[in-house]
Amino acid sequence: MSETVYQQAIKALAEAAHGSGRLEHPDGSSRLDNPLCGDRISLTVRLEGDVIAAVRHETRACLLCRAAASLIGLRAPGRSRAEMADVAAALEAMLTTAAALPPAWTELEAFAPVRAHPSRHGCVLLPFKALNAALGPSS
Amino acid sequence: MSIAHELRAQFPFYAPKAPPDHYLDNAATSQIHRQALDAMVRQETSRANVQRSPHRLAEAATLAYGQARERAGRFLNAASADEVVFTSGATAALNLVACCFGSTLKPGDEVVLSAAEHHSNFVPWLRLRDRAGIRLRVLPVLPNGRIATASLADLVTERCRLIALTHCSNVTGAVSDVKAAVAAARAVGARVLLDGAQRVQHGPVDVQALGADFYAFSGHKCFGPTGVGVLWARRAVLDALPPFLTGGGMVGTVSLEELSFAPPPARFEAGTPPIAQAVGLGAALDWMMTLPWAEIHDYESALLARLLEGLARLPAVRLIGPGDLDARLPIVSFEVAGVHPHDVCQVLGERGVALRGGHHCAQPLFAALGSEGATRASIALYNDFADVDALLAGLEHALRVLS
Repeated sequence: MSETVYQQAIKALAEAAHGSGRLEHPDGSSRLDNPLCGDRISLTVRLEGDVIAAVRHETRACLLCRAAASLIGLRAPGRSRAEMADVAAALEAMLTTAAALPPAWTELEAFAPVRAHPSRHGCVLLPFKALNAALGPSS
Repeated sequence: MSIAHELRAQFPFYAPKAPPDHYLDNAATSQIHRQALDAMVRQETSRANVQRSPHRLAEAATLAYGQARERAGRFLNAASADEVVFTSGATAALNLVACCFGSTLKPGDEVVLSAAEHHSNFVPWLRLRDRAGIRLRVLPVLPNGRIATASLADLVTERCRLIALTHCSNVTGAVSDVKAAVAAARAVGARVLLDGAQRVQHGPVDVQALGADFYAFSGHKCFGPTGVGVLWARRAVLDALPPFLTGGGMVGTVSLEELSFAPPPARFEAGTPPIAQAVGLGAALDWMMTLPWAEIHDYESALLARLLEGLARLPAVRLIGPGDLDARLPIVSFEVAGVHPHDVCQVLGERGVALRGGHHCAQPLFAALGSEGATRASIALYNDFADVDALLAGLEHALRVLS
């Protein structure tokens, strides 16, 4: 089963570490911990209007969390704040109720095997929560 | 047949015909002994509240609860069962001390902790510092995770009122040098609190020989149920403390004009206590007191040695804690280079090896050791060499899967 959770797509995403680093003069930043396992992510974001222009993260975490952060680094730029909020909600719903994912975000299917492991849901969701925290409330 | 296999017959966990998990997460929670489970079922099947009524069921409940207190007292070699306070667990017991003993402290008074404490014996003191203006002094740890008791000479001053230490680290398995801490405390008239949560799984304790003033532990870590724990304290120490929670059962007189409190232990047991859990814990402790602990200690040490030797053969593994067998219990934490402990636990968990990963509620210790987290295996008396071997084989598999 672990071969399923740790499938190649997850390992490749984690290894690629898309968007790793830190933005100078960001419009928003956050640092979140997963108190259960010690995962930590620091995330910075730059906005153009309501659209994410750039995002960088420093992630010291398990493979699932690093993969999720990497996916944000890869796919969040160019997306609106609202779309990312919807994606985060859809991912959480997929993990907890097997709900469908937005068509444009099929890469998230790689996290589907995590559904059977509730203690790991927080690992996948932590980067999305960090992005949400960095974006702050919409003005 | 090893002693573990004789003992397994007494644990419902090992009853199914299918091979159970290689359960090596005993430092988090041990499996429950059948005697404890049966005692709880009996207690809950025809139950009543304690110390409330003279009817037969109430009297039986009161007697059973009192017997559980006596058993806990004997397990700890307390001078009297009245020195035993039932709580919801070690965390509640430690918070009770921080609240009640803490209320007797004045700004500038000092409490000495160690960097090896579980958050349960760290956070309550941080909160008290912020609330009451006391000063915390923290004993550092050596590179092998042992508490640097040599620092007692520098950190224990005339302002010290309490030394609060773990009896055994939940991360490294290192047993603390209690004798040194007690001597340092006595020299300045301070009290000593020991967090015995990890120690009690490995045999009865003699609080009088230790020289402690407070001792805390949880039922679920010594083959009893969850939801119950013990705070032991010397009678004179308990007598001098104000109550913790308030309500029924802990009072003397109550009116608008007058409020007085019951003597210990009732003073610290407001409301209906965890009766069945206490009875179950008493049954577990009663069973533990019948066991050949010298033989069990040798057996657990042999398992520990096999585990330490196996880990030492894996170049990717770095031990967090002492590598020797002296003054340590079979709790073993380790890092795997380039692999997060949560991922190690996931892969091994799916092979039936139950471990725990992360900072183990000991963030100050991990910070002191320059580690971001570790995987932990913890051995109890029912584990066997197959459990240890499954862990070692699983680690090699995890390295292949996760690399």
